[in-house]
Amino acid sequence: MIGDISASSTAAPSAYAVEGHGLVKTFGAFRAVDGVDIAVPAGSIYGVLGPNGAGKTTLLRTLLGIIDPDEGERRLLGETQPLRMAREVGYLPEERGLYPSMKAFEAIAFMGALRGLPLRTGRERAKAMLDNHGMGAAIDKPIRQLSKGMAQTVQLFGTIVHEPRLIVLDEPFSGLDAINQEKLEALIREQARRGVTILFSTHVIAHAERLCERIAIVAGGRIRFEGTPGDARDQLRSQVRLRTRTSDGAWRRALPADTMAEEGAWHFALPDEGIEPLLRALIDGQAGIESLSIERPGLHDAFVAIAGAAIAQQMRRDDAPEEDA
Amino acid sequence: MMQLWRAAFVIARRDFTAVVLSRTFILFLLGPLLPILIGFAFGGLGDKISSTDLRPVVGVAMSAQDNAALMRAHDRLAQRMGDQTLPRLRPAPATPSPRIQLARPDSEVVAILTGTLARPVLTGKAQDLDRLQGDIGLLSTAALAERSLQFVTIEREEVATSLGAQAQARLIIGRIAQVVMFFLTILLAGMILSNLVEEKTNKIIEILAAAVPIDAIFLGKLMAMLAMSFVGIAFWGGTAFAIFLALHDGGGALPAPAVGWPIFLILAVLYFAMAYTLLGSLFLGIGAQAATVREVQTLNMPITMGQMLIFFFASYAVDHMGSPAELAACIFPFSSPFAMIARAGQDAALWPHLVALVWQAAFVALIIRVGVLLFRRHVMQSGGRWWRNLFRPATG
Repeated sequence: MIGDISASSTAAPSAYAVEGHGLVKTFGAFRAVDGVDIAVPAGSIYGVLGPNGAGKTTLLRTLLGIIDPDEGERRLLGETQPLRMAREVGYLPEERGLYPSMKAFEAIAFMGALRGLPLRTGRERAKAMLDNHGMGAAIDKPIRQLSKGMAQTVQLFGTIVHEPRLIVLDEPFSGLDAINQEKLEALIREQARRGVTILFSTHVIAHAERLCERIAIVAGGRIRFEGTPGDARDQLRSQVRLRTRTSDGAWRRALPADTMAEEGAWHFALPDEGIEPLLRALIDGQAGIESLSIERPGLHDAFVAIAGAAIAQQMRRDDAPEEDA
Repeated sequence: MMQLWRAAFVIARRDFTAVVLSRTFILFLLGPLLPILIGFAFGGLGDKISSTDLRPVVGVAMSAQDNAALMRAHDRLAQRMGDQTLPRLRPAPATPSPRIQLARPDSEVVAILTGTLARPVLTGKAQDLDRLQGDIGLLSTAALAERSLQFVTIEREEVATSLGAQAQARLIIGRIAQVVMFFLTILLAGMILSNLVEEKTNKIIEILAAAVPIDAIFLGKLMAMLAMSFVGIAFWGGTAFAIFLALHDGGGALPAPAVGWPIFLILAVLYFAMAYTLLGSLFLGIGAQAATVREVQTLNMPITMGQMLIFFFASYAVDHMGSPAELAACIFPFSSPFAMIARAGQDAALWPHLVALVWQAAFVALIIRVGVLLFRRHVMQSGGRWWRNLFRPATG
């Protein structure tokens, strides 16, 4: 939970690059963002995870000042009016957009100029960026002649050409092939090493697992979990996978109640008291242990469990009036 | 405020170069010159059309003596009054009766004159008789008085200036300036309607809205289109001036408007800029609500009709200087630039122009602001009740 955000519009130094408190944004009757509290530590890589339609994009747009919240307060780099910090922020929207007739380096320089970078500097940096990333041949090409991946890279360079302190990326990996996804991850790490705060949204958990220091799992417009990826995994108990030579015997009474048989093995959550009492019972009961593994759940499992539970809860709530009727 | 103008300038520079450096801009420049070029190419045809005699023809079926006297009177009066002022006369047979002659399919006369010079009878359709009987009466009278009719000699007394003629010339200057300004505005401002569609269809609006205030986007687009219009006007104006110099025989200096030519031209540029940005900001605001080019096209017609109404209002005011209608046209923001340029032609006072320009600029700012807030509300789905934010700073 973050502290109360004062109404001051001056940019005060803060441990957080992005803060939101009690944010609500509705579209008609639909609450896209429903009372969100969020705090992105300065200099961190922070992931906003959520299924499609969870409210990630609306949350990012609200934090950036593209749209105003109906309720709540926000602070971007210490400033309550986000547009005033536009020069310090880079933003890659989910729906990519560039002027098709603009040359690649001009498009990058233009995006920099929008955020206060002198056009000449922007052009020089743009050419260097494209050259350094093996896109030298595309420098003078109009956007309409570039492949989708290349155009996306141009837009990404336009997002960082003015060397912002905060980079916000909305679903940055969507539409990229595996090689370009790898390059983007490297670029995000490089920016983070320079002390830039990275806030990105994704519904592909693997990227968040590899990159993020902290994550927020969003579902139904609310944050259902906030913490490190490790904390998220700790939300679920480790899973035990046991294979025995005998299929029945007194030892089976020692297996937990949630045990399921699947593909010739027993699966169950690690009991609260640990694995030792169970092991002793299996040995004493001559179960004939062939293999036993304890698997810590991945972020994907945690995400599915947290977001899935939230969606199920939401659906139950949505269905409730109909049932009453 | 500086941030707003700087951002607007970045947008304007992008839009301006995108338009001016495109191939289609050459067509845009040459488009208005095409009618002139075609006019030159088909000049002969034009001359032929303009020289076609459309005066009504009256058949004369009097006695031979009266016929001849009438023709001579026609020639004498035509020398004094100009050839085009009198109907043409053509001898007609005495029989059959005029009614029968006029009923023939090959009849080329609109009326037939019979009787005598003292008691002429004109046969024809009622509206033709209404039109012709004055002229025929004059011709008959002149023919009757052929021997005694002497034209008196006018003694000339010349003056350097005539306030009546000057007022007339200034009225014409004001009217011409108004028409030129209106056509330039209607020709150029309509393009703004579709100006934000590109950003919306290419999803660029999201990048712009995250980086700069929407006000800067609107302002930048207006600045770019205004600059592009000035390029066009400079080109067309230069071409027209060159043609004028080439064809001008040096006879007769142009009458000066009330404020003098230099100030009049400066005011014309300023009022055009105001008329353009007033209509442009309105168009931008309306066009920004449209999601597709088709919607924009649908909006085009009613907007053009609205422009025509404003023009008629302003042009009515030209002839009624100082009347409540003229004052209303000067105050109503959309007709104000047109009414004021006409006023500059006829009235030498400069302070009303300063007031009018400030007034018009204030309305440009107001219309842009309302357009921006409606755009935020309906397109970006943000911002709440738009009028509550009317006077909030653009950056929030």
